[in-house]
Amino acid sequence: MYKIVKRDQIADNIFEFWINAPHVTKTGRAGQFVVLRIDENGERIPLTISATKGDDVRIVFMATGKTTQQLAAMQVGESIRDVAGPLGKPSDVKKWGRCAVIGGGVGIACLPILARELREAGNDVTGIIGARNEGLLLLEDELRDACDELVICTDDGSKGHHGYPADVLKEMVSDQILDAVWIIGPAIMMKITSLATFDSGIKTFVSLNPIMVDGTGMCGSCRVTIAGEMKFACVDGPEFDAHEVDWDELMNRQRTYTGQEKESLEHYHEHKCHCGDHQ
Amino acid sequence: MNRRPVEERLQDFDEVATGLSEQNAVLEALRCMECPRPLCVNGCPVSIDIPGFINAIANEDFRKAAHIIKQDNMLPAICGRVCPQEAQCQSTCILGKKDKPVRIGALERFVADWERENGVETPETAPATGKRIAVVGSGPAGITAATECLRAGHEVTIFESLHAAGGVLTYGIPAFRMPKDIVQFEIDQVLALGAELKLNHIVGRSVPVDELLAYDAVFIGTGAGLPYFMGIKGERFSGVYTANEFLTRVNLMHANKFPEFDTPLIRGSRVAVVGGGNVAMDSARVARRLGAKVYLIYRRREEDLPAREEEVANAIQEGVEFVCCANPTRILGGPQVQGIKCIRMEMCECDESGRPVPRACTEAGSTFTLDVDVVIEAIGQGPNPLLAGLIPDLKRGKRGTIEVDEDGRTSIPHVFAGGDIATGAATVIWAMGSAKKAAAAINKMLAEN
Repeated sequence: MYKIVKRDQIADNIFEFWINAPHVTKTGRAGQFVVLRIDENGERIPLTISATKGDDVRIVFMATGKTTQQLAAMQVGESIRDVAGPLGKPSDVKKWGRCAVIGGGVGIACLPILARELREAGNDVTGIIGARNEGLLLLEDELRDACDELVICTDDGSKGHHGYPADVLKEMVSDQILDAVWIIGPAIMMKITSLATFDSGIKTFVSLNPIMVDGTGMCGSCRVTIAGEMKFACVDGPEFDAHEVDWDELMNRQRTYTGQEKESLEHYHEHKCHCGDHQ
Repeated sequence: MNRRPVEERLQDFDEVATGLSEQNAVLEALRCMECPRPLCVNGCPVSIDIPGFINAIANEDFRKAAHIIKQDNMLPAICGRVCPQEAQCQSTCILGKKDKPVRIGALERFVADWERENGVETPETAPATGKRIAVVGSGPAGITAATECLRAGHEVTIFESLHAAGGVLTYGIPAFRMPKDIVQFEIDQVLALGAELKLNHIVGRSVPVDELLAYDAVFIGTGAGLPYFMGIKGERFSGVYTANEFLTRVNLMHANKFPEFDTPLIRGSRVAVVGGGNVAMDSARVARRLGAKVYLIYRRREEDLPAREEEVANAIQEGVEFVCCANPTRILGGPQVQGIKCIRMEMCECDESGRPVPRACTEAGSTFTLDVDVVIEAIGQGPNPLLAGLIPDLKRGKRGTIEVDEDGRTSIPHVFAGGDIATGAATVIWAMGSAKKAAAAINKMLAEN
């Protein structure tokens, strides 16, 4: 059992949880993830390590599906049944020179730990974050602190640059001021944003988020195609070279359980209402 | 072994094989010739005193029978169910020459089940030595090694990466063949000897390698969890599963009870299982219980199936349609599975294993398509690469196994390995046998230090 030591809503429907998990924080680094299971009936879901502090690990998620909504309803002092990790390979942190770390939506939460590690390794780090609107932006102050520079974008122009992180990245590429780029967000955002560095050949990493079960290389659910070869995102990744990813395949596989996910959520809400009658 | 009726068992995941009654167990035990030089023991990878425990059953002293088995095997309820006795102890039984061999497996299961219902005796352990041992993986190998080391008085910590112990017994073998409460019960017996079990711990990550190597001895039993793929077109479509994923979703995550349990699964109305081993039979029989029409595609002949005869018979009884001498060439559809294209195989000269080498037929009309919406690949697993790859000085064998000597010793003096990670994918009992040897070597090494 792993206790929730702190929880906050940090943007519209987006939550940060700090969970006591010393076995994760001992070696957990940027790029790695945990797999958690809320209770006996729960599914195993992967969540990227967003930060660690002492024995506590931070995860950030949007409450969109059954499991994330159930998680969001949990309070400080309650416990999560299982937290396994750290899983996956750490980000390729070394002295690259000038780096950009780009986050879209909840993916922004993965950037602070990465930016800090990159700066400690002697890099100059620009953060670029994007969301549909101001209400969905998160961790701005922390990122301002972690990066040398932070650029904010919103699709609707409610804050910062009116447009997408890809626009900002394109400018940086044409100014030839980049050595390595990380893009973390929804698959479609990573696919489109990474086009900006395609011609220049700038090393561009993305953190893939296919469906997983065990997270230890055992089931093959998270198989992705990288440069024409099958890889398991859980043990070979989750970070890969953006320009080698078969994006359409990834997005197709992510949609495998769309129907069941909806059914599960409906079942959860029916069940929740039923329980509410007894309170 | 007696089995529940097909119509009944297809409705649930309860055990198919029913055990022996006390009376029948005694009658069966009385058949044993008590050979002066028993060949059955040679056939047992963990060298159980088989005539000894059978004699105790014949004398209706079931407690003593359990005691004798547990000298050599702490998981009798498991082995009594999933060991291929017909190829081991029972194959060398002298009675088998003219008649049927003594049903040793059924008797082992009887004793274990009797003891579980009548109160278990925890075996004695040696006085504490103060030595610390790390066991990586809680499958058959890890549990066996842990038992032997605990009995020698060492302090044992078992690390498991999943949220439940048991390895393949838990995530792989379905409940209708290996009931999960029995797995848990036998694991609890081992924990009762004083082992500490750490779930959700990935050794090499949650437990850094230097921390692992600081133990007085290490046993690695991480198994063969890496699924192989056929390498044909269409394997990335939704609805293509490895047997590992399909079985894990059902056995470990209970996707058969979705949405009461959260884990989803594409059940499929028509399912193709590819492969001919026990894992393929398990997958096919699970798919039948989820209500699908099931084809099992195997590239050799039915008589070449590597699965246990009993499992093949169960699958046939349960309505699995065998498509032998055929090999898939492509999965059709996209992004969902819509069918599987196969080619007929002809049998050529035999290889070293004595089995014919299958070769794709070339004449026209050799291909055919099965209309299916789920494909399960059960074509084998390789050793788990994760931990072995993180320990720099650990020598690896062919196909990613950890190289060991006959005592299970690796290239690092105080690190041992056993089970599928050392031998490549094999059976539960072979994993236990190699783990037992390794544990004996660990105990010897620590006694000499």
